[in-house]
Amino acid sequence: MDTESTHSGYSYHSSRSGRSNRHGDRSRERHKTSSKDSVRSEKSVVINPPDTPSQESPVTNGEPLPGEPTPAEDQGDDAQDDNWGETTTAVTGTSELSISQEEVVGLGKGLHDRTEDFRRYLPLAVGSLVGLLVLATPLAFLLLPVFMWPDRLQACGTACEGLFLSLAFKLLILLMAMWALFLKPGRASLPRVCVYRAFLTTLTLLLTMSYWLFFGVRILEAQDEDYHGIVQFAVSLVDSQLFVHYLAVVLLELRHLQPCYSVCVIRSTDGETRHYNIGQLSVQKAALTILEYYYRDFPLHNPALLSASKHRAAKHLAGLKVYNVDAPGNTAGAQPGNGNQSRAMVTAAAKRKDSAHNELYYEEADYERRVRKRRARLVVAVEEAFTHIRRMKKEDEQATPSDIMDVREAALAIFPSMARALQKYLRTTRRQHCHSMESIQKHLAFCLVNNMSPKAFLEGYLAPGPTLQYGPERWMADQWTLVSEASVTSGLKEGSDFLLRCLDFNLAVTVKGIPYIRLTEEFIDPKSHKFILLLQSETSV
Amino acid sequence: MSNFIPGQPLVAVVQRIEIKKLRQGDNLILGFSIGGGIDQDPGQNPFSDDKADKGIYVTRITPGGPAETADLRMGDKIMQVNGYDMTMMTHDQARKRLTKKNEDVVRLLVTRKSLEEAVKNSMGGHQRQ
Repeated sequence: MDTESTHSGYSYHSSRSGRSNRHGDRSRERHKTSSKDSVRSEKSVVINPPDTPSQESPVTNGEPLPGEPTPAEDQGDDAQDDNWGETTTAVTGTSELSISQEEVVGLGKGLHDRTEDFRRYLPLAVGSLVGLLVLATPLAFLLLPVFMWPDRLQACGTACEGLFLSLAFKLLILLMAMWALFLKPGRASLPRVCVYRAFLTTLTLLLTMSYWLFFGVRILEAQDEDYHGIVQFAVSLVDSQLFVHYLAVVLLELRHLQPCYSVCVIRSTDGETRHYNIGQLSVQKAALTILEYYYRDFPLHNPALLSASKHRAAKHLAGLKVYNVDAPGNTAGAQPGNGNQSRAMVTAAAKRKDSAHNELYYEEADYERRVRKRRARLVVAVEEAFTHIRRMKKEDEQATPSDIMDVREAALAIFPSMARALQKYLRTTRRQHCHSMESIQKHLAFCLVNNMSPKAFLEGYLAPGPTLQYGPERWMADQWTLVSEASVTSGLKEGSDFLLRCLDFNLAVTVKGIPYIRLTEEFIDPKSHKFILLLQSETSV
Repeated sequence: MSNFIPGQPLVAVVQRIEIKKLRQGDNLILGFSIGGGIDQDPGQNPFSDDKADKGIYVTRITPGGPAETADLRMGDKIMQVNGYDMTMMTHDQARKRLTKKNEDVVRLLVTRKSLEEAVKNSMGGHQRQ
């Protein structure tokens, strides 16, 4: 099961499934097969064509997809049972969890996408409706009297017509402000409704309803003739709505801006930690902000690098077997068997640790050296490759046409000389699954067009970048779960913490308040800066 | 050298040293270097016990020069030169006192810590008698 294909977009999944004899990994395999986009059997290797398959047409080889809308329980169990024979015994708790995940995914594969789109545009729809209502109401207030009792209506004087002007502009400003603030597709789908948005929508509707009520009772029924008063009434409605919009800006936008808490985000698998300052937000909004920072700042999660510590942990426990030499029931060793065994294991494990740290040290030193060697070869190869290519200058126009290439051809021409070194380096640092050949060639073409140096081209491959840099199949943007003891619509508090769970890893978030800073001033007179010269000279006499 | 209180009379054990100036070309030299003075930084003086002492100290002795022959030692504090007090002098004034062209011989009163200890030991021996 050769996982080292340069076409791999998903080959790391199949390599994961190959090592399926470890306890903890089994639950992770389940999660992999249940992820929406990557569907494959665990017994086959998938070599993708240079264009990675899109979400809509996953690569399969005949086995039933968990995502087909059939009764998913049976399907889920079948997929489970296929792999049962391959793996060792596993903890029951995790397998139950994994069944339920597959179930959910299987049931909802068809419906899930539609729900997602629907929820995304829901705030937009609500905003438009409220906006239309807000726009229509003052106009209705103005027009209804004109149509219903035109003969008895007093003529509109100069002041009244001036009010028309102000009404028109205020309506225009209100509409633009609403468009800017509310009328955009939501950027995330949160578990619960945002309290402030609900409050503001309710307030607006309440305001409009109460004005309608007043209008209906006092003006329509009484058929008031004072048109000037009616116009003023309409203008006051628009003013109130503008103030509600101001409240919306303050509550929804400004309150978040002033930093108030410092959060510490730790990734559970490799300990990557970042600290951010955020303002007063609800827990779910804070989680959303942190996730957006996660996609920008955290380097790509690479499960292939974590296997080393798991090997070591397994070796500690697996190498020890406790034999009970005394026959059971013998009074010579009449202690509770369990206590004796565990103590023996702990002491034996402690003795073994003496060699484990030595091993780790030499292993890491060796790895470092290998990586550095490969890196040196890679840098040299890339620099050499770049020397073969040069931008065409005026005097080259006489050169033979076969030598003149466009960017894509140029990239393809120099790629083979560095491909091997690059592939070896990526394999050593276990990042070969992140970059497909196609993406490398595209990046190379981009660098050539923008006259970048070989070092600039290489930077993207020497260090793992933020998750967004890689393709959408790495993002897993729809797999996040917020686990929190406090209600998710409550505000952040000092000392609160919550967990953001993704498929393979968790982000543990703890919140601390920014301290209250007391700043005092001290005035220094600029004339008070005086100095003396200290000499120590030595003269010979 | 010890018990230096500015403004109070100073008690010290001194040694009389007479140096004959040596003619070298156009100059008369004594063969040592001085450091210190009331216009200098006393904290940088490596030879003084009390780092507030602004007296004139001998910082270097030219090997084979007249000062070495006359048994002047590095670290000595110069108390008097030809009868003139050197404990409250600027560096330049001290230099001028020592390098007067019309004098052939300078008579110094110097003090050092080993002198005090020698006196103490001998006095202690005397008192025991």
